[in-house]
Amino acid sequence: MRATTIRQQISTPARVGGWLRAFWPPLLTFLLVIGLWEAAVRGLSIPLYLLPAPSQIVATFMERPGYLLRIGLATLSNALAGCAIGCTLGALVAALCVRWPIAADGIVPLAVAASAVPIIALAPLMGIWLGSISPASKIGVVAVMTFFPTLVSVYRGLISPRADALLLMRSYAAPPRDVFTRLRAPAALPFFFSALRVCTTLSMIGAVVAEFFGGPQNALGVYIKTQAGILRTREAWSAILVACLLGLAFYLLVLVAERIAMPWRKEQ
Amino acid sequence: MDTPIIEFDRVSKIYSSGGGPITALHDVSLRIAAGEFVALIGPSGCGKSTLMRLIGDLEQPSGGSVRVKSKTPEQARRDRDYGIVFQAPVLYDWRTVSRNVELPLEIMGRPKEQRRERALSLLRLVGLGDFADAYPHQLSGGMQQRAAIARALSFEPSILLMDEPFGALDEITRERMQLELLNIWSGANPRPTVIFVTHSIPEAVFLADRVVVMSPRPGRVQRVIPVDLSRPRTYETREDPRFFALVTEVRECLRTAE
Amino acid sequence: MASDAPRFVPGEAPTGAVRAIARRALPALGVVTLLLCCWEGAKLLFAIPDQRLPHLGAIVETMLSRTQGGSGNLLVVQMLANAWATFRIAFGGFAIGTGLGLLLAVIFLQAPVLERGLLPYVIGSQTVPILAIAPMVVVGLGRIGAPGWAARVVVAAYLTFFPVTIGMLRGLRSASPESLSLMRSYAANPAQTFWKLRLPASLPYLFTSLKIAASASVIGAIVAELPAGAREGIGVMILNAAQFYNSRPPALYLAILIAGLLGVAFYCLVALAEYLVVGRRGRARPG
Repeated sequence: MRATTIRQQISTPARVGGWLRAFWPPLLTFLLVIGLWEAAVRGLSIPLYLLPAPSQIVATFMERPGYLLRIGLATLSNALAGCAIGCTLGALVAALCVRWPIAADGIVPLAVAASAVPIIALAPLMGIWLGSISPASKIGVVAVMTFFPTLVSVYRGLISPRADALLLMRSYAAPPRDVFTRLRAPAALPFFFSALRVCTTLSMIGAVVAEFFGGPQNALGVYIKTQAGILRTREAWSAILVACLLGLAFYLLVLVAERIAMPWRKEQ
Repeated sequence: MDTPIIEFDRVSKIYSSGGGPITALHDVSLRIAAGEFVALIGPSGCGKSTLMRLIGDLEQPSGGSVRVKSKTPEQARRDRDYGIVFQAPVLYDWRTVSRNVELPLEIMGRPKEQRRERALSLLRLVGLGDFADAYPHQLSGGMQQRAAIARALSFEPSILLMDEPFGALDEITRERMQLELLNIWSGANPRPTVIFVTHSIPEAVFLADRVVVMSPRPGRVQRVIPVDLSRPRTYETREDPRFFALVTEVRECLRTAE
Repeated sequence: MASDAPRFVPGEAPTGAVRAIARRALPALGVVTLLLCCWEGAKLLFAIPDQRLPHLGAIVETMLSRTQGGSGNLLVVQMLANAWATFRIAFGGFAIGTGLGLLLAVIFLQAPVLERGLLPYVIGSQTVPILAIAPMVVVGLGRIGAPGWAARVVVAAYLTFFPVTIGMLRGLRSASPESLSLMRSYAANPAQTFWKLRLPASLPYLFTSLKIAASASVIGAIVAELPAGAREGIGVMILNAAQFYNSRPPALYLAILIAGLLGVAFYCLVALAEYLVVGRRGRARPG
């Protein structure tokens, strides 16, 4: 990008036009898919227990939006808490790994390997340790799921500064603390946020699926599993709708935080 | 020559590698006076960057001694005696241009207002006054390198180490930057000593008081050629017959060095 | 980390490679040992009852105990047989999902309009808890008479196909403008450009996403076993062990350990395939 872009002034209408141009294909697809889905369910008279029409799902949601949102928020708060714990610990351990390279040699390969492990399988064990109907066990699963990807990604970010950026710090005789706070940490910020984006998805999945292994009555995962089990598909799908909306909201929240935290990336 | 600011005494540098030791520098002795502009030139592998990095304590000699302001290079580095400019600008992309220039001052604990003021005046000096609050990615390559020079000058070091600073720029930008560098250098008070690594013969002759011609395998000083062109140097300097004669002399010297 | 992966220089003695691998594996083994010591140490220090955290020895003991009151197989053999059942499901889903993902990526490459319309959903669907529909799929397909394994394969395939589509599309796009111009200068037709440039250039990206997909398919297969109905599989073993935890705690630890190993084994399988296919030309690092 050239210097001329610095004072580029995009008027608001032009920006809205740009957004429309960028968004009409997905918008059209969305309407098309929903329309096709609706038409297929009605036209082919697909049985309700197999796949309800979008209109039916929304109607079922509207019957008791308060309840569904309440159990949705209960599950979302587990996801948020677990994600906060897992990401914080992951970033901390990554920082320790940079401080003591010997620890990195041992920990980082294991953390990479952990990405291949179905960590969700820990859910019953967490239930036994922390109480299967307490939120703590779900938070625990989410924390473990988000810990490893954050650790790996932040570590990569912290060691990402190139040799001459480090030499520059050396030429200033900068103390290690300055090298960390002024070079390594900001360099790791984009890596941290890309991990965080992955972790929001992971944590919502983790919180819902951990409840498939058992959980309190008023939770999204338990509700989906029991309603599906007794073939009340519309109810289950309306709960999935809630899970999707909340998951999306969480994700957007992270995107906004990312924009605020990294102003220099705005135009990239 | 009075007391040199930089003194190499029979310095050698040997790297160990998989295929046996590699002698990057062999028995180099060189004295550089305060305020002098010295260009190091030679083909790749002649150790010119190594020589520069020894001054900056970014590498340590295997034999002989390097003195910077009569101190060890490490002490000189701790005293922040030099500013450095690499071939890549190495600006931190999360900082605005002026905050990049302020970086060394922050590390040295200067007060905030003083930092900002110093950064702005330097940015004006290098012609980036209007871009203080821009981010590096919004600048062209030449502008980024100018910001890097401003950053190196920000804490008024007595020595400026420049490792092929214009190597990544196009020829037109490059010639303009050479002129600007000389303006900045002669405008500074006191004038810093500049060690300028390059592989461009006209660049070395145009900029320097002395051109140190180096030869490879093992890296050593082939000859030191004094440049007797008058200062201030201008666009016309490049058309001076004496300029051509010196360029030819350096070229001949490099060819016989092979 | 790809950057410091061992390089197999031709002519280098194999012992050098072995030593390099050992040097890289040793610290990790050290950390594992440390963790196991912490396990036993914590039991000792805080007097954690066996009901909460069994001794490591007890897990090994349980592993070698016989099922069905002493007349059946070793428990570990039974667990591994169940893990094998889950692996078959995961692999089936992985194969189908990869096929679909490749197809979709090639279609997207050819038809940018479709890509602009659909790709946001392929990406967006990753931001929502897609695994949540696993019970729907299992129960719904079960109801219309499809065998139980089919539903589980569908879930595994579903989880596989997203990363493969995105990875492959990026890979197919990764060829540089210069190399595309080069193909143009040879007057190569689109098929030649695809087979000789785009496809080989995409392989490192493809394998990166295949490794993610391998783990995802195992997770999908396990989660699809959770709704009632499945009779074999490592997920079923975990559920059973959790249900009868009080009578035999180590069994749950064993089942979870084997589920973890299953994921790692599948990952390693893909990594091996990667080494065989692109190993020799060195691994690129797709962002």
